[in-house]
Amino acid sequence: MRVLIAIMAAMAVLSGCERPPMDAVQHGYRGTGMAQIYNPRTTELVAAKQEVPVAIPSPGSEGPRASQVFKNVQVLGDISAGEFTRLMVSITAWVAPDQGCVYCHNPANFAEDTVYTKVVARRMLQMTRDINSQWTQHVAQTGVTCYTCHRGQPIPSAVWFKKKDAPYGANFMGDKAGQNTPDPTVNLSSLPYDPFTPFLLGNESIRVNATTALPTGNRQSIKQAEWTYGLMVHLSQALGVNCTYCHNTRSFQSWEGNPPQRVKAWHGIRMARSLNNDYMEPLTATFPDHRKGDLGDVAKINCETCHQGAYKPLYGASMLKDFPELKEVRPAPTQVAKK
Amino acid sequence: MVELVVEPADLVSVARELIGASDMADYQNIFTTVQVRGPLEYGVPLGPGNSPRDGQPFFSHWLGKIGNAQFGPIYLGGLGLASIICGIIATTVIGMNMLASVNYNPIQFIRQLFWLSLEPPPPSYGLSLPPLNQGGWWLIAGLFLTLSLFLWWWRTYRRARELGMGTHVPWAFAAAIWLYLVLGFFRPILMGSWGEAVPFGIFPHLDWTAAFSLRYGNLFYNPFHALSIVFLYGSALLFAMHGATILAVTRYGGEREIEQITDRGTASERAALFWRWTMGFNATMESIHRWAWWFAVLCPLTGGIGILLTGTVVDNWYLWAIKHGVAPPYPDVFPAITDPASIQGAKP
Repeated sequence: MRVLIAIMAAMAVLSGCERPPMDAVQHGYRGTGMAQIYNPRTTELVAAKQEVPVAIPSPGSEGPRASQVFKNVQVLGDISAGEFTRLMVSITAWVAPDQGCVYCHNPANFAEDTVYTKVVARRMLQMTRDINSQWTQHVAQTGVTCYTCHRGQPIPSAVWFKKKDAPYGANFMGDKAGQNTPDPTVNLSSLPYDPFTPFLLGNESIRVNATTALPTGNRQSIKQAEWTYGLMVHLSQALGVNCTYCHNTRSFQSWEGNPPQRVKAWHGIRMARSLNNDYMEPLTATFPDHRKGDLGDVAKINCETCHQGAYKPLYGASMLKDFPELKEVRPAPTQVAKK
Repeated sequence: MVELVVEPADLVSVARELIGASDMADYQNIFTTVQVRGPLEYGVPLGPGNSPRDGQPFFSHWLGKIGNAQFGPIYLGGLGLASIICGIIATTVIGMNMLASVNYNPIQFIRQLFWLSLEPPPPSYGLSLPPLNQGGWWLIAGLFLTLSLFLWWWRTYRRARELGMGTHVPWAFAAAIWLYLVLGFFRPILMGSWGEAVPFGIFPHLDWTAAFSLRYGNLFYNPFHALSIVFLYGSALLFAMHGATILAVTRYGGEREIEQITDRGTASERAALFWRWTMGFNATMESIHRWAWWFAVLCPLTGGIGILLTGTVVDNWYLWAIKHGVAPPYPDVFPAITDPASIQGAKP
């Protein structure tokens, strides 16, 4: 009986843990703890989400331009009509396989901009071209397509909204200071649960460390370190990696002897910030209320939106090579059409 | 003369032997198996200026398993009462803030309890008095908690003196209070911001600890942190060695120290010989406690020094360790990279 109670108590205590065995992969100089720990059971689940859909064969870039064949083609007018049709069919499969063309188009008149999703999709195509041509320091030649984020869903499975402050009595006591809540964003830690608003929308300083041994005026506080920590926990979760994937953790401040992935991540943070400010936020008025967050803000991008648990989205498979039209430098910016 | 009542806890093993189950492992030493009970004891008479002791003492079989079976009477006194009142005020302020933070929902209060916290003021307030809900409650809770600790310390000092004891216990307690004051009072004042202090919360104070190390360039390279860990782990090691040694010789009455020290062939001599044989040196019945006391006391003392120097004297412990040859260089295994912010002139 006592043994049974002991076993049950041990099971209760351990129920929050992931069961062994784990895979440890050395990632740095031996004996320094620079290792990646993978749970093979989690990796299996993540891997299932990284399957790449088969690309429809390209009809070639010859022939009349899309703008000559179709009406109201504002972004993709420079590609061939064949490529255009193939891309539209592909987008349907990538983004709205269940809803079909009518998710964005008025079936009576495909050229019309009456459905809001069409206006959003147009802006997203501009964004995709922007990413593939201007953010190669993050996406390299692998690039992104609609599928990188959407994965067969009209709304990518991982987007973020600004978090409403927890309600409390009469503003007199109980301020959570934006933290101390078991929130999946920060892996159920008590760290600030909305690290995105300051860092991936705003331009707050992520760096908190001093760059000199002795004090020389670095006024960053421990509380600010907690916000940075929250953002970094998100990166770690979104990519399914440990801190040591990007950092030589003996010094988070120093760049010397750090894995090159850290540079990629640095550009990735700036990319997410730029996309949220240049593409998502301006679409706020376009989206209907039921697509918005508690505070009436538009869905926004973070690392998980593309990565979805993988160190590289789709484990680094390039869909862009089959759709080079998504890489071309975008023409002059097009105004978002009014409803 | 006191009549001794011996609880026959060994009857179980006697019965086992009778039914032939004597080979079953029976760790008699985990709990106190023989409870010696006399009449309830009220303690020595106290001099003038002392309060009477409170409560009707009683025997508890379960307390007897882990120590003396007699519970009470307790000496409360004015200091104890004042300390408890201050402690209750502090925990109430902390608890009510936690409860308010989940909108007075008792279920969420229990579910989220380990996450909930009373946070110190935002750094922007510096050392000024913030609004109640912006850290004001934290200052109030801290004030009453500190008062409570001071009063309790004074109480331990007075009780030790009244019993004609040395004051080793209060001074050991003072070492812990030193670390508490460094974390929540001395260092925030030197840094010019209450926001540098520790939140009152289970997980939040742990996350604070991690963030503290992250902010100040890895506390691992702080030599006083290292010393503190030496004394922390050292305390555990000493505790294990001492506890194990005494338990190992209880079959010879090793726990009755004073009768043992001078005699040959006793538990005490066996215990001493064990360590002299295994590592050449043995502590004595007295000095082992000196070892334990200093290790325990030096843990918060050195830790407190390490915390106090962080941010005030040293801003990045890793760079400090590199500068002074403490951190070893490792071969570069990655292609060299440069901070992109320094290349592009972009904002970090």
